[in-house]
Amino acid sequence: MLKKLLSASSLVLTLVAAMPAHATGTPDALVRQISIEVIDTAKADKAIQAGDVNRVLALVESKVMPHVNFEVVTRSAVGPQWRGATADQRAKLQTEFKTLLVRVYSGALAQVKDQTVEVTKTLPVPGSTQMVVQTEVRGSGEPIKLDYRLDKQAEAWKIIDVNVGGLWLVQNYRSQFATEIGKGGIDGLINTLVERNKSAAKG
Amino acid sequence: MTLERGGRPAAPSGLAVIALVVALALGGCATVPAGAGATPAQASPVDPWESWNRKVFAFNEVVDEAVLKPVAEAYRDVLPQLVRTGIGNVLGNFYDAWSVANHLLQGKVQSGLDMGMRVLSNTFFGLGGLLDPATEMGLTRHSEDFGQTLGRWGLPDGPFFMLPLLGPSTLRDAVGFLVDRQVSPAQLTDTSTARWAIASLELINLRANLLQTTQLLDTVALDKYSFVRDAFLSRRRDLLYDGAPPMETFEDEGDDPAPAPAPAPASPAPAPK
Repeated sequence: MLKKLLSASSLVLTLVAAMPAHATGTPDALVRQISIEVIDTAKADKAIQAGDVNRVLALVESKVMPHVNFEVVTRSAVGPQWRGATADQRAKLQTEFKTLLVRVYSGALAQVKDQTVEVTKTLPVPGSTQMVVQTEVRGSGEPIKLDYRLDKQAEAWKIIDVNVGGLWLVQNYRSQFATEIGKGGIDGLINTLVERNKSAAKG
Repeated sequence: MTLERGGRPAAPSGLAVIALVVALALGGCATVPAGAGATPAQASPVDPWESWNRKVFAFNEVVDEAVLKPVAEAYRDVLPQLVRTGIGNVLGNFYDAWSVANHLLQGKVQSGLDMGMRVLSNTFFGLGGLLDPATEMGLTRHSEDFGQTLGRWGLPDGPFFMLPLLGPSTLRDAVGFLVDRQVSPAQLTDTSTARWAIASLELINLRANLLQTTQLLDTVALDKYSFVRDAFLSRRRDLLYDGAPPMETFEDEGDDPAPAPAPAPASPAPAPK
């Protein structure tokens, strides 16, 4: 009996150990791996459940960010003005935008309780090397759509946009940013982001 | 405020009619000066009535802050989760029944039957809809409203349209909403008092479900109006295509060395008139 159990669990261990190697291959495997890691961690972590932004930040830094091309994300959100921005401005934009997005993410993660994530479809984006991986977050009520747009860069798939409930975040921020840049240029945008992050940290 | 659920029923139909008529009348006027008051740099093609819409949005925000949100928060804090879930389930079961009709009107027979099974299961095994055993059985909710049906039939969504008290919509979805209201739970009773009571409960239930979403919105949006508008339109588009709308190009202008004044790109500047 015990022997059977041991051999079964060693089989499971072998399978689990084999998974990451396979996971780097396809975009849907990558998304599945990230989803499972993040959801499992969030469920087990009381501080995240309570909405502790620093804990979420740490989780996102370690599990998600390595798979996001954040420079491309920021560049696309900022638009044509990115070219004229100095290295210093670019660095600031990235930092502030990341803080803002992590806040979106932490709000969503605090609500994770009995959910599971299922990869539903993987579609190529016509006319590009990009892929869209569609997932559904299932819990009580209507499933929430959570899609990822990925591009293959230097032999690895990197996330470049995320769709929550029908809204592509980076695309949406592009028009939000354009309004701010129109009003006060790149520095105006940076100031707005800094202000926004400060007031959000307080409240 | 009705961001997440799109065109979900939210208020008494009498009120909706008045709101729509008022909005149409004023909206009609607003088109004459062709968005005169809108910020000229940002005039969006989907939002010709922006200056009117922004005023309605500001009005809605004040009403929400003063009345709707506090009531929804009290509802959340006073009633136990179990009771609120039960209320949400019963209302949801009614909406699901109307979704079945819309699935079928759109020719989606399989998903219509699935949703029909969902309603039957919840009605008979879920104590008249109080519980939601169907979700456990794998019959998840896929809502369709009449605005989506009209869209499926080929009616364009028309200009973006901020409805007084009811939130973001489009001309088409506003029409669809009026039809949705004719088959809402509030129509089950004869007395107008009961109708108002049920419609109010629907509204409070909806608002309470959105408390976390709207709180998030306050922190992430730079301009709340345009964020709500774009989020609403994207979501409706996504729903219309059943979750797989054609992808837009991911715009990335590349990474030229920072200070270089970009040498004239391929696209010529539009000729000034």
